[in-house]
This record gives sequence, C-alpha cells and structure tokens, in this order.
Amino acid sequence: MVEPKNISSEEKKILDILKDVCDPEVPVLTILDLGIIRSIHFENNDPVITVTTTYSGCPATDMINADIRMALMTHGYKNIKIINQLSPSWTTEWMSEEGKQKLKEYGIAPPDKKFSIPKDGVVCPLCNSGNTRLISEFGSTACKALYQCNDCMEPFDYFKCH
Amino acid sequence: MEKIFNSSVTSKVPPLEGFREAYTLHLADNALILGQRNAEWCGHGPVLEQDIAITNISLDLIGQARHFYQYAAEIINETSNLKDSSQVLPLGEDLGGAGATEDSLAYLRTEREFKNCLLVELPRGDWAQTILCQFLFSTYQFFLYTELQKSDDKQIAAIAEKSLKEVTYHLRWSSEWVIRLGDGTEESHQRMLKAVDALWPYTGEFFEPADYEIIAGIDFSLMKEKWLQKVKTVFEEATLKVPNPSPLGESWMGGGKNGIHTEHMGFILAEMQSVHRTYPGAEW
Repeated sequence: MVEPKNISSEEKKILDILKDVCDPEVPVLTILDLGIIRSIHFENNDPVITVTTTYSGCPATDMINADIRMALMTHGYKNIKIINQLSPSWTTEWMSEEGKQKLKEYGIAPPDKKFSIPKDGVVCPLCNSGNTRLISEFGSTACKALYQCNDCMEPFDYFKCH
Repeated sequence: MEKIFNSSVTSKVPPLEGFREAYTLHLADNALILGQRNAEWCGHGPVLEQDIAITNISLDLIGQARHFYQYAAEIINETSNLKDSSQVLPLGEDLGGAGATEDSLAYLRTEREFKNCLLVELPRGDWAQTILCQFLFSTYQFFLYTELQKSDDKQIAAIAEKSLKEVTYHLRWSSEWVIRLGDGTEESHQRMLKAVDALWPYTGEFFEPADYEIIAGIDFSLMKEKWLQKVKTVFEEATLKVPNPSPLGESWMGGGKNGIHTEHMGFILAEMQSVHRTYPGAEW
C-alpha cells in the first residue's frame, strides 16, 4: 500500500490528486480508501500507477483506470502508465479506517473480520443493533451482501470481508 | 527454455509453447462459458436476491476469464513474434494483424477451438440443475485454483490466487443451495435427483487430463479424491447420494477439453459472439 511517509514529494503530488478519484459504484469512497492503489513511482519523469482490482469481474475497474488517467491529465501529466496488479490479491484489510467510517455514515455496514461469515450479527449501520439477519449473500455489487435489521427493520448493504 | 507451469515436469516433456497457450485458454473457456450460461438467469431468477446472486457469480467468472484471456493473448502474441512473418496466427489476421486480444479469443474462435469442459456448456435446465452445476464446478475450481496458486507461472498463480477468494464464496453459496433443495420439499428433492442424474456423467472430465494439462503439474487423482469427499459431505447433508460407479467401470462424457463439444455449444457461441461478429472490432 502507498505510505505517504515513504514517498518523494513528486509522488506525493500524485497521491494528492488520487485523493479526489472516487469509486464509481460506492462514490463515498476514494480509491485510496479502498486500498487499491498499490504503488506510485516515476519512470523517465512519467508517472506509473499500480492498481489492483477488488473482484475479478468488477465492472468499475476500467472506469477507475480511466478516471485516474483523466485526473492526472487534468493536472498536466502525460504518458501516464497504469499497471494492473493481481497479486497479492486485494483484501478489505487494506481499506482505510476513514473509509470504513465513511461507509457506515453512507448506510453501508463496513467490513469487519469478526463477521467474516456473514450470518453472524453484522451491526446495522443505521441503528447500531447487532440483531440483524442475512437476506442474500450477494448484494447490489459483487463486494456487498444484503441484510435487514430486526430492530429498525431497515434493509442495508454489508461490504463483505474479502 | 521457456518457463512452464511446474518445473518438476520440465525434464519429461518438451516445453511446448502450444501447451501453455492451450492450458490458459482451457481455464479461460471454462470460466467464460459457465459465466455466459449463468447470465441467462438475469431477469429470470426464482427470486430477486438469487437472480442477483447467480449473475454476480457470472460476473466473477467472466472477470476471471478476462484475466486468463489477456494472458493467453500475451502468450500468443509473444509466440507469433518469434515466428517468421509467413506464419502469422489466424487470430492476428482477424484483427488486421493487430494480434490476439481478450476479445478476439472470446468472440472469434470457433466451436472446435474452445477447450471448456462439457459440463459448463449444458443447458441451464431448472434452478436445481443450475445450482448443482455451479456446486460441482465450484468444488472443482476450488481445488484446482488451490493448486494453481502454487504454480511456477507467476501470472497463472496470481489469477488463481485472486479467483480462489471468489470461488470460495461461490462454493459456500451453492453448497447451501444444494442442501436447501435436496433436503427441502418433495418437489425440490425430486428435481435435485434429476439434476444429479443429468450432470453426474459430465464430472469425470474434470479429472481426465488433456495432453496440455500436463504442464499444470497437478495430481489429478488426488484432486479427484478431494473433490469427491467435498461433494459427498454436502450431498449427505442434502439427503442425496453420489451415484455408484457402474460395475463395468466408470465411463464419462468427455471431449470438451479437446474441442469436441455437445450440440449445445454452437448455440451458446452463436448467441455470445453474434454482436462481435456482426460489428467486427466493436468495443464498449
């Protein structure tokens, strides 16, 4: 993962630009929150961004790559190279704490290792009750499962541990 | 010498570049055809949640297929660069010599060039048959990818590692559905029995390796044991039985891995490839 303290000032500039690129399907998260930016470096003064996908079939992948390219071009970078890295494979462990908080505020229960098997009481992001039930292991996108809270009765998405 | 999937077999077999390409295409074709088959449920699932589940699984499978096709295209293009120009591969010609791409491999090959197992091309049948097909195949993929993530071929290992996480989820979901239907109502139990009869003869092909699969360096009989154990465990809970082998020995439907398909294959390809063939080079 990209650690701001380990990078040069030129790389930091790129990092700051990428902070504004959001996941098109969960727009409350930036691609940095998701933990999919694996490295930033320069080759002959051209930026090289290494990105990993969340799920193999995530339809947002191509759009995220295009958004990264567009954001950097807007800031005057040319010859941008984007490398798609498969291994090590993405895990929700790489999601930032800030990102998890944003998910919760958005109404999506953030991934929590304690609930790796989605049958145990995922906490309702709306009323914080643990008295919830699984509706479906597959939600509106590959990365989510569908739940309902037995207390406030609201249905909600859970961002699955992966 | 070209690096192959498992160095332990290097000495035994000439490292045929064709094997590496064929094996990668085989993995891709399996995932693509089952993904396409499952996608037929889109808008037709028994309930909305399961409609979404089966199409989510499709999406994962098609994503896995894309990774394998992209890699196969790389292998093909590298190989064709090494050959003299009079031997340009036909796939490259189809795209004006631009070389193979994931799209040319998925949309421009013919039936005999597809190397998927027969099971994945069979009609989707009813929900019981779809569930059972997914379960039998996910169990196979689970053990296969577990082995392949240790492959010497770094790209194959990386795709397997990533895909395995998704397959683990597919396996859990489909296992639960096999149990729910098998140990459900009289009607759902009967339908599962029919599905077992219909699909079982196609499962042996998983473990009868085609010549190119030798480069995977996998012990197929050991994998078969693990597969059978898992299937038995789930079947038991589902009150279903693994069919007894015939006293004359087991005989399986096969040929798909070498391009000899059932009559259903032409239809699924026709539907899947028609847009691309009508509008050559079209992109999203």
